[in-house]
Amino acid sequence: MSYLAEGFSLRSWLTTNDHKRIAVLYMVAITAFFFVGGAAATLIRLELATPAGDLVQPETYNKLFTIHGVVMVWFFLIPSIPSVLGNFLVPLMVGARDMAFPRLNLASWYIYVLGGLFTVATLIAGGVDTGWTFYTPYSTMFSNGNVLLAVAGVFIVGFSSILTGLNIIVTVHRLRAPGLTWFRLPLFVWANYATSLILILATPVLAMTLCLVALERVFHVGIFDPALGGDPLLFQHLFWFYSHPAVYIMVLPAMGVASEIIPCFARRPVFGYRFMAYAILAIASIGFLVWGHHMFVSGQSLYAGLVFSMLSFLVAIPSAIKVFNWTATLYKGSITFAAPMLYALGFVGLFTIGGMTGLFLAATAVDVHLTDTYFVIAHFHYIMVGGSVMCYLGGIHFWWPKISGRMYPEMWGRAAALLIFFGFNLTFFPQYLLGWLGMPRRYHAYPPELQLLNVFSSAGAVVLALGYLLPLGYLGWSLLYGKKAPPNPWQATGLEWQTASPPPKHNFEHEPVVHQGPYAYDPVR
Amino acid sequence: MPTTQFDSILERREAAMLGMWLFLATEVLFFGPLFFGYFHSRLASHDAFVAGSHHMHFWLGTINTAVLLTSSFTMALAVQVAQDRGRFLRLLLLASAALGIAFLCIKGYEYASEIPEVARAEGPEQVFYLLYFAMTGLHAIHLTIGAVLVIWTAFISARRAIRVEVLGLYWHFVDAVWLFLYPMFYLLERYSA
Repeated sequence: MSYLAEGFSLRSWLTTNDHKRIAVLYMVAITAFFFVGGAAATLIRLELATPAGDLVQPETYNKLFTIHGVVMVWFFLIPSIPSVLGNFLVPLMVGARDMAFPRLNLASWYIYVLGGLFTVATLIAGGVDTGWTFYTPYSTMFSNGNVLLAVAGVFIVGFSSILTGLNIIVTVHRLRAPGLTWFRLPLFVWANYATSLILILATPVLAMTLCLVALERVFHVGIFDPALGGDPLLFQHLFWFYSHPAVYIMVLPAMGVASEIIPCFARRPVFGYRFMAYAILAIASIGFLVWGHHMFVSGQSLYAGLVFSMLSFLVAIPSAIKVFNWTATLYKGSITFAAPMLYALGFVGLFTIGGMTGLFLAATAVDVHLTDTYFVIAHFHYIMVGGSVMCYLGGIHFWWPKISGRMYPEMWGRAAALLIFFGFNLTFFPQYLLGWLGMPRRYHAYPPELQLLNVFSSAGAVVLALGYLLPLGYLGWSLLYGKKAPPNPWQATGLEWQTASPPPKHNFEHEPVVHQGPYAYDPVR
Repeated sequence: MPTTQFDSILERREAAMLGMWLFLATEVLFFGPLFFGYFHSRLASHDAFVAGSHHMHFWLGTINTAVLLTSSFTMALAVQVAQDRGRFLRLLLLASAALGIAFLCIKGYEYASEIPEVARAEGPEQVFYLLYFAMTGLHAIHLTIGAVLVIWTAFISARRAIRVEVLGLYWHFVDAVWLFLYPMFYLLERYSA
């Protein structure tokens, strides 16, 4: 009996300890928040279709980009792949019957929902206008928005990430099937393992920093406000100590997804498996040492800036190793362009562009010109949307047969993937040019000569929105009318494909035993 | 109790211990910004911090350090006899919890006596007190949670052995935090100037 047929009542879902059901709960919750954040983005792009600030008040615009950032970062991107696909797949991929701490796993979802309620309350109470970065002393002394509510939501949701991370790490360490050595683990597991390390080591720093923001705002006793004897740079250091590694929380799992999809649809073992695993660990470790590149113009020491610049360039090396190895995996492969593959290939290209423009920003001299312009916006959207969201969707399509037991309609899948790729580039490529021309971020009006590029960007946003709505429609349709999925529709390797679709409650009929490494694909001649 | 995910008690124990170690890693980083903030602010406003440490109640802090270290001793003994399930284990657990509560009472008295001084503080000295209350307060919250869990564990029997070991790790961590807080607030440069 499949895990979906174990019970149909709402109660059976809300009290489940099954990692697969918890993953589905997460999927529903983060999808809801994705469309909240997306609605805010739509309004932002509508406002920027004309140079004059005519659609919303400046204060409203500030609240729009704040809620877009807060929701997309903490309520969609960070939990997206680890808490949905990671939760569903890591126990399956290591041949375990469940996560190591199933009740903690369910608790993490409830904590997420509680944090989400605070964010919804922030919206209902009138929003918050600090930007997702909550920079002091504006957030602690001057903002009239609902800073405390918003900060409480982010504080709470952090603990849901920590619990998921803890669970994944212990599961990978302790519950691997017989014969499944570390270097036989799929790269998706490696990526989620490294991500989990970042989750448990970086998230608490943000939590405490936000506590200090709340203390300063409530008691007017300052550690960040210079008027009270504090130091605003201290906030920026602490904030980015979390928030830069957070970028790798978002993109490392995406790399894991791409590393599963590309070998499968190229029918080739992934090129340089060990280096791929080492590169994941290298990115996760070096990622902790580069936060100062967000502060080149903040007044931090010049020498600190130079060291952070150098370390930021260093992160490009393992990232490039991964891009080269995905490309080399394709070489002489028998490639089929199924929808997941289109997403994965789109990811490789967009991640490369996003990564390369990151090098512009890591160079201190160039960064002085580009700081706080649309160039930065375009750069991190290429990583977070072009990287993480593309792979999240690619992964959802790839494992949809496993999750739902149904096949999605392939032609619709391909059409949506292409539409999203096109819409994404139309939205964000013009923003590189706008930034280079000097258009600053976070303004609701701009000079008329920049309108053409902004109109392109806004038109792209419409295409992108359409692209994101499509999967919601046809994936929902497939739940009822889709073809029943066989256990392994893609002839993929990996333990998750050796059990039924959808899997039974405890994943496997018999505990699997592993005799070989991952990606044992035979090239089709 | 569902035990679907583990093959054996040993596997469960190893998972629980690893889980607690990882949680403690999270805890270290949770305290991290406060420690970083302390050293950053101390370098920036050195004189205010020296003045602040002269206002601390040295003897209360020192007595509390002794109380807490003794509680760690009884907790370490409890972990040693965790397999026995005897009355001795319950006694040791309750002794640890009692010492923890004694610490909290002394700390509460200390806080109450400090309020008039804190109300007079200004500028960077306020930062000192903010950090003092935030750090010792967070430590006290951790100790309270620890005491509740220890008392709870003392009166339940199922799978107590693993629980005592895991709780022991947590208890020692909370004590170790105090071993940093005590010199930072009570001792540093108190007698040098």
